[in-house]
Amino acid sequence: MSLTKRGSIAALAAFSLAATMALAACSGATGSGPASGAASGDSTAGGSSAAADPAMAEQTITFIPKQLNNPYTDVVLGGGKKGAEEIGFAQANVVGPLEASASSQVSFINAETQAGTNVIVLAANDPDAVCPALEEARKGGAKIVTFDSDTNPKCRDLFISQVVAKDVAKVQVQMISEQIGGEGDIAILSATANATNQNEWIKYMEEELASNPEYSKIKIVAKVYGDDDDTKSFQEAQGLMQANPNLKGIISPTTVGIAATARYLSTSEYKGKVALTGLGLPNEMRSFVKDGTVKEFALWDPAQLGYLASYAGKALAAGRIEGKVGDTFAAGELGERTVEDGGIVIVGEPVRFNKDNIDKYDF
Amino acid sequence: MSSPTKPTRTRSSRHTTSGGKDAGTSSAGPLGGDLLGRLLRSRDTHMSVVLVAVILLASWMVPRFLQARTMTFLLMDVVAILLMALPMTLVMVAADIDLSVASTAGLSSAALGVMVEGGVPFWAAIGVCLVIGVACGAFNGVMTAYVGLPALAVTIGTLALYRGLALVVIGDRAVANFPEWATGFVTSTIGGTGIPWISIPLALIVLLFWLLLHRTPWGRQVFALGHSLEAARFVGIDTRRTRALALVLSGLMASVAGIFWTLRYSSARSDNAEGLELTVIAAIVFGGVSVFGGKGSIWGSVCGVFTVGVINYALRLDRVPDVVLVTITGLLLIFSVVAPSLVDAWKQWRHRAKVAARAAAPTPRTGAASA
Repeated sequence: MSLTKRGSIAALAAFSLAATMALAACSGATGSGPASGAASGDSTAGGSSAAADPAMAEQTITFIPKQLNNPYTDVVLGGGKKGAEEIGFAQANVVGPLEASASSQVSFINAETQAGTNVIVLAANDPDAVCPALEEARKGGAKIVTFDSDTNPKCRDLFISQVVAKDVAKVQVQMISEQIGGEGDIAILSATANATNQNEWIKYMEEELASNPEYSKIKIVAKVYGDDDDTKSFQEAQGLMQANPNLKGIISPTTVGIAATARYLSTSEYKGKVALTGLGLPNEMRSFVKDGTVKEFALWDPAQLGYLASYAGKALAAGRIEGKVGDTFAAGELGERTVEDGGIVIVGEPVRFNKDNIDKYDF
Repeated sequence: MSSPTKPTRTRSSRHTTSGGKDAGTSSAGPLGGDLLGRLLRSRDTHMSVVLVAVILLASWMVPRFLQARTMTFLLMDVVAILLMALPMTLVMVAADIDLSVASTAGLSSAALGVMVEGGVPFWAAIGVCLVIGVACGAFNGVMTAYVGLPALAVTIGTLALYRGLALVVIGDRAVANFPEWATGFVTSTIGGTGIPWISIPLALIVLLFWLLLHRTPWGRQVFALGHSLEAARFVGIDTRRTRALALVLSGLMASVAGIFWTLRYSSARSDNAEGLELTVIAAIVFGGVSVFGGKGSIWGSVCGVFTVGVINYALRLDRVPDVVLVTITGLLLIFSVVAPSLVDAWKQWRHRAKVAARAAAPTPRTGAASA
């Protein structure tokens, strides 16, 4: 009796495992779909000079983002796949963990090492945890490009960085100056008081305002912190209006802050009178741009980040560059790019979004 | 409601006499004449077969699985889970549970990072981490066995508490400057075989736990109190000490896993090993450890951990999205918990139908349909 009972369990277990393996094999096959991109590379390349490169037909590229199912990441990867298709990689895959923990990416890198992937494009969750795995991958001949978030520089060939902090600050100052007519009181609504990115940008903004004679009549009268919390940012915006009756404009260098401030302004008497600019996501800001609350704001185009990473990977894999300072390579519709100090390649200046171009972006 | 449960009870009591031994405890049984039969029947044997089958399937269906590298990467992925699974087997056989293992590992990882950064000698730092692990386990043990709170409640609490402490210790930083010989040793392999060096101490630890659970009086006590706490107390077992000791061992091994994790990834962070407790429990339940206590074996758990490890690794090698992977692991877990009950229920139904059919012949009043 007992023998048959246990036997049937084992049989069932074996059957279920066989089924799951079969399932795996199926989805594995469908997952490598972008391979067809090699054939259609010429047509998708459009006006750009980069046609499918025959040297790349044997090469594979894999993107490993911080985590899957993140809207921002999806846009970045969309750009990466577009680039990979133009270049004509034999295979372009995306794998990655569901949670952005330090070590979760290691087994994905290991699997790619075993697969003999030629280019691994990674947004590291931890600068050091992935290093041993990347070393192993490089020993196997893979080129490592990091984007969005760098690893320890000794573990990768190139890092693709969104923008230079100074440019982010400059474009915001320029936009607010245009919108308030070059003079008046302005305020800054930031994220948290110790946010590294924001503080760096604010520092450069202050420098720019102080050093550029064009902005001599613009004065920062307040700096408040919405902690990247929607409600708190909303209340801080409200408070700014009450405390500074002469306020002409607000710069919010954070996507949460600018969206909350725009929401407040759009329903208040200040709509259209107090200018608002900063860094925002087009999808969140679209309605405020259309109803006139916000004239123009900026952000880098995440898709270009992935796109450039693909081209950097191509240049490395083809042996055209080694990732040394001064190396230059063609990056499709982005034109030529140069490797800067520390093996960093900059995507470019932030994109400015207004009612004329906002519908072209979906992120 | 009461009439269907009656036959259940008679069935299950028959089970303990005829087939109860097959629940992974066969290795501890006396050398009887039916040793071979019992071996074939044991859950351990079945788990071994499942593991081998999974490995064969993976080698057959997943390209590149048959490489020396697989052994390296797979073993490295499995080590931390296995280190926690061994004591977790003891804890769960004793009808307790320890959900705080991954947090304990995170806490020792954070502590190791801060100490190494602060210039504490490496081995001293390791020692302190082990003490932290023992302390974490002892707290769980005292609250569970002596204060008398359910292990589930206590360790859900300490799951959050120890993770919180890790954050207090290291904050949102990451420490990475560990001695290279230590990180190098953890990831090095034996010659060109692809077998990590770390698997030698690991095998020793597995052997120790096997001896502890299946070859010592203490191990028998764990099984006894897992079956019935009352009965175990009446035969003179110090149930409190035994349960507490299992939880202390769990804490200690969790900190060992934390140290391994830190050196393997050369990164000490407060979120290290987060969520690993569920993987550990899933793997050993799949390996035959009963969630109600009293059943389980070290070999079954080892097979469970490796089976889950091989499935995960093979699917990942095939670039199957993690969403599918998590779903499969979940289904496997549910299946391994539910399957025995389903088979039992089916047996009972058949048995009752047979009895009813037999009874139906002399006295037509009790129809088979009512069963």
